[in-house]
Amino acid sequence: MSSEEHPSDGAGDEQHSGENFPLMQEEQRKVRTKLQKNEGIGWDGQSLRGQFEDIEEKTDQTGHYAGFEKLSLKDENPIEYEQMFAQLRGELVNARETSKEVAATPIVEQEGELCYGLFTPEGDSIAISTGIIVHIHTMSEAIKYMINHDYEESPGIEPGDIFVNNDTHVGNVHPCDIATLIPIFHDGELIAWAGGVNHVIDTGAVGPGSMNVSQASRFGDGAHYTARKIGEDFEIYNSWKNDFPDKTRTPDFLKLDERTRMTGCLMIRNAVNDLIDDYGIEKFKQLSREAIEDGRRGFRSRIQKTMLPGTYRGASFVDALYEGQDNLSRPYASENHLMHAPSELHVREDGSFQVSFEGANKWGWHPYNCTPAAIQGGIWVMLTQTVIPNKLVNDGAYYSCDFHLPEGSWANTQNTETAHAYAWHFLVSAWAPLWQHLSRGYFSRGFREEINSGNANTSNWLQGGGIDQFGKLHAVNSFEAACEGTGARYVEDGEPHAAAIWNPEGDSGDAEVWEMTEPLPFLGRNVKPNTGGAGRRTGGAGFESMRTVKDVSRWLLYEMGNGYMSSDSGLFGGYPAASGYILNAKDTDLKERFENGEDYPQSDLDPESGEFESNVEADITRRPEGISTPKEFDEYDMYLNYLRGGSGLGDPLEREPEKVVEDIHDGYVLPRHAEDAYAVVVNQVDTEAKHNSAVQGEWELDEEATEKLRAERMKERAEKAKPVSEWLENERVRIQEEDLIEDVKKTYESSMRMSKQFTDFYRTFWDLSDDFRFSLSEDAEKSLENRFKTGMKKKWKNPTKSHETWLGVGRDDEPEVPYTWTSERSIQDLSGPSLSFDQAPRAQATDDD
Amino acid sequence: MPESYPREIIEDLVDDNLEWDQLHNMMSDFKDADRFQQVRDVLQERVDWDDPIVIPYADHLYVVAKPGDQWIIKCDCGHEFCEHDENWKHDALINVRDTEQEYLEIYPEDMHPHPDYMELREYFCPGCKTLLEVNNVMPGYPIIHEFEPDIETFYTDWIDEPIPSPDSQSV
Repeated sequence: MSSEEHPSDGAGDEQHSGENFPLMQEEQRKVRTKLQKNEGIGWDGQSLRGQFEDIEEKTDQTGHYAGFEKLSLKDENPIEYEQMFAQLRGELVNARETSKEVAATPIVEQEGELCYGLFTPEGDSIAISTGIIVHIHTMSEAIKYMINHDYEESPGIEPGDIFVNNDTHVGNVHPCDIATLIPIFHDGELIAWAGGVNHVIDTGAVGPGSMNVSQASRFGDGAHYTARKIGEDFEIYNSWKNDFPDKTRTPDFLKLDERTRMTGCLMIRNAVNDLIDDYGIEKFKQLSREAIEDGRRGFRSRIQKTMLPGTYRGASFVDALYEGQDNLSRPYASENHLMHAPSELHVREDGSFQVSFEGANKWGWHPYNCTPAAIQGGIWVMLTQTVIPNKLVNDGAYYSCDFHLPEGSWANTQNTETAHAYAWHFLVSAWAPLWQHLSRGYFSRGFREEINSGNANTSNWLQGGGIDQFGKLHAVNSFEAACEGTGARYVEDGEPHAAAIWNPEGDSGDAEVWEMTEPLPFLGRNVKPNTGGAGRRTGGAGFESMRTVKDVSRWLLYEMGNGYMSSDSGLFGGYPAASGYILNAKDTDLKERFENGEDYPQSDLDPESGEFESNVEADITRRPEGISTPKEFDEYDMYLNYLRGGSGLGDPLEREPEKVVEDIHDGYVLPRHAEDAYAVVVNQVDTEAKHNSAVQGEWELDEEATEKLRAERMKERAEKAKPVSEWLENERVRIQEEDLIEDVKKTYESSMRMSKQFTDFYRTFWDLSDDFRFSLSEDAEKSLENRFKTGMKKKWKNPTKSHETWLGVGRDDEPEVPYTWTSERSIQDLSGPSLSFDQAPRAQATDDD
Repeated sequence: MPESYPREIIEDLVDDNLEWDQLHNMMSDFKDADRFQQVRDVLQERVDWDDPIVIPYADHLYVVAKPGDQWIIKCDCGHEFCEHDENWKHDALINVRDTEQEYLEIYPEDMHPHPDYMELREYFCPGCKTLLEVNNVMPGYPIIHEFEPDIETFYTDWIDEPIPSPDSQSV
C-alpha cells in the first residue's frame, strides 16, 4: 500500500478532511509552487495543453504514439514491463470488483455496468478494467475536452480535484452514463487520470428511466454535467451535493453510484502510487507511453496475421417509428425515422483501419443520435472483444483506426440540440456490419474459430417509473437487456441468452433482485423460440420475461428496440435475428386468477398460439413495432420484456437435421419452423413429455422425409429464384417509378442530401438520370428541410489539431472517403446545412422541450 | 510457443470435426502463422477441381487462379461467377422475401421485419443452389459488394509468397 490511509471520498465527513490525505496535500503544495512560478502541471513544467499538442505532433510526425519508435522498456526488460502492466490491469479489475459492492442498483451490482480506466495526462487510456469498457474512450474524450478548453487555468486541475462528465458531446454515449475523473500527481506533475463510469437509473429526463424515448432534443434528455469540477481536497462541494440529487428521480441510488466511482478511482490512485514506489516515476512514465504504442502495434500485427487487406462493405438499418406516438415532447417529433448506416472498412497494407460511414442519413428529433465519442468508443469495445482480446487493450487500438463520420449525420450530429438518450439503438445497429467485415477477413485467412455473424439488437428496454411500492417517486431501468443471444459462430451456434455487446460480462440478473428495486413482479422468464436467426449455425436465442405491476400509482412504462427492421444481418446464407414487438395487457383479471388459483399467462413464446389470450381477460395490445413512449400502467397490468437473439450463419438447409430436433426440445425453434426454415421433417411421438416451457411433447426426426424435402426445396429454389440481372431490371423500373413507401424514400433522400458520393453511387448503380431525386410528401420535405437548416452547434470550441479525427481520415495517398462511392470522393464536398437547399428555409424547430 | 497446428487439426477444423474444448483453446491461444497456407492446402484437396485456390473468399466460394493471370470467384460446386474484384451476386440467382407470408416461413408473427421497410434478398449459387448470402436491406437498396480483397498486397507484403497460378501448382 502507499503511504496514505485507505481511500475514502470524505464526502461530508470532517475527520477525512485533509488529515488522511497527506500525500495529496504535499502534492498540492508542489503544484501551487509551480503555478506561482508560471509553470504548468505537465511534465517538466509544460502546460497541459502544450504537452498534449506536443504528443499529437510527435505522433503525427513519426507515425508512432508520442514518437515512441522504440519500446525500450519492453525490449530491455520484458518481464518487468509485463509485470508492471499486469499489476495495473489487476488493480483496475480489483477496483471494479470491489467498488461495485458499494452500489445499490442491480444495474451496477448485478450487471456490472461499471468500468475503470487509467489514462495518460493527455487522456489516452493506458490500461482498463473489465465491464462497460465502451466508456474508456468516452472518458478519454472528456479529459481531452478539459485540456482543450483550458481547465488547467479555470477551474484548475490540482491534486484532490474531482470531476464529473455525462455530456454526450464532450465524451459520452448518452447522459445516463456518468463518469468520475480524478487527476493523479507526482512531484507536482500530472502523471495520470483515474476514471470510472457507471450507468445510473435516472438522469431526470422528461420521462422516467435512464433512457427516455419521448423527447425530441437535448432538453428532454435529462441533466447534463459538462466536464464539471465537483470537488477538491477529495471533498465534494456542497454545491454539487445539493445539486445532482434533485435532478434525478432516484437520488439515493445516484449518491451510492457516486461513492462507487470515487471508491474505484481512489483505489486506482493508490495502485499508481504503489507502482511508482516499486518501480520509480520514470519507469511509470515510460510504461504509460510504451503501453499505448505497444497496443497500437499489437492491433496492426494482429490484423496482418488474421485478416486480408482490402475493402469490406455492408449496410445496416433500424427503425424508430414515432408517427402517432403519444406523449411526444414536441409535435414535430411525430414522424418515422429509419437509420441508414453504410459501413465500409478499408484494411490498409500496414494493418490499420479506415472506417467510413459516408452516406449515413441526417440526425433526427429523436434520442438515438450519436457523437463521434460514442461511435469510436462503441467500435473500440467491439474490437477489444474480437481483434485484440489477448493484446494490450488500451487506446493503442484507437490510434490504429481512422474514422470518417459525416458531420451532420446521425453518427456525428455536431449539434448540441440533438437528443442522445438511447444512442445505442443506432450505434449497436450501425456497427453490426463491422462484425461481418472482420469475419470475412478471418474466413479468408482460415481462422474459422473467430468468425461471428454479428450481435443482437440489444433490446427491449423495460423502463418507466412513478410512485413505487414504498410510496416514493422512483424510476426503473431493467438491465435484463445486458443478456442477449449472440451471433452464430462459424464453428458453433451463437450463445443463447448470453451478453450484450456493450458489456462482455453482461447478465440477466436475478429476478428476485430486480423485484427488490422494481415494483414489477415476474410472472415468468423463458428462453424465447425463433429469436436467433436461422442458419447452418443458428444465432443464440434471446429470452423473455413476463412482468406485472404491483403496489404502484401514477406508473409509466415504455418499450425500446427494433420492430419493423432487423438491424443485424446473417452471414454466408444465415438469416437475421427476429425483430421485436410489443405485448401489453391492461384491465386484466390477474388478481382474481391469483385469488382463485387459476392459470395466468407466464409467457408469450409463440405469438401465434393464442395461449396468452386464452389465459387472461384483458385489454390486450399486440403491435409489431419496437418502440413506445411512456404509457400508464395500473395494478395487475402486464408487460412483455423480450430480449433479442443473434443472427444466423450459413445455409439453413445445411444444418444437421438432428440439431433441429435438439433446437425444438431446447426451446430455440418452434416445431412448425423446422420444416419451413430448415426443411427438416419432425413428428411428435409423445404429447406428454415436457422438455421446456416452449414445447410440449417429444419430437423425432423423419430422416427419409427430410432428405426428400431438402431435395424438393433445392428444386424449388431453382424454380423460384431468378437471375439477378433479370431482377435488377424490374427493380430499376420500380425505383424510377418511386414505388417505395414514404419513410423509405425519405431515408434515401436524407442520405442523398448528406452525401454527393452516395447520390452519385445510387444513381449510377440503378442507371438513373443525373437529376433523379425521390419526390416526398410535404411533411417529409418539411422535416428534412428543418433538420438540415438547423445546422451545426459544435461543443468543442478550441480543439487541438488532431482532435477532429473524423475529418481528413485518409492519408495523402488514398481517397479520404474510401472506395465505395464512385464520384469525386472528397469529404470536403459533404453537405453542410446550407448546401442542400436553394430556397429560403422554413421556420425551424424550436428546442424548448 | 508453437507456430503451427498439426495438419490433422487443421483438417478437422475445415471438416467441422473439432470438439468445443479444442475450438475454445484455439480461440484463446496463439494465432498460428501458417494457418492460411494450411487451410488453403486442405481446401484444395477437398474441392473437385484443379484451379489453384488463391484465397477462400466466403463460405463455399473461392478466388481461384485461371490461365492468363485471371482470378475468378468460383463455388465449390464448380460454378464460376466473375472476376475476383467484381460482385459475384450479379451472377447469382435471387429470391426476395418481401411479403408477410414469406417472412412467416422463417419467423413467427410479429417477429419479422415489415415488408414495406425491409426485404430479405437471398442469393443462390446457380450451380448447386446453395444459399450463399442473405441481405436484409431497405427496398430499393443497391446490391452490396461486400469484399474486395487486395490479393497482391496480401501475398507480396503480408505473407511474402508467390501468388498461386495454374503454372506454379503442383497437383
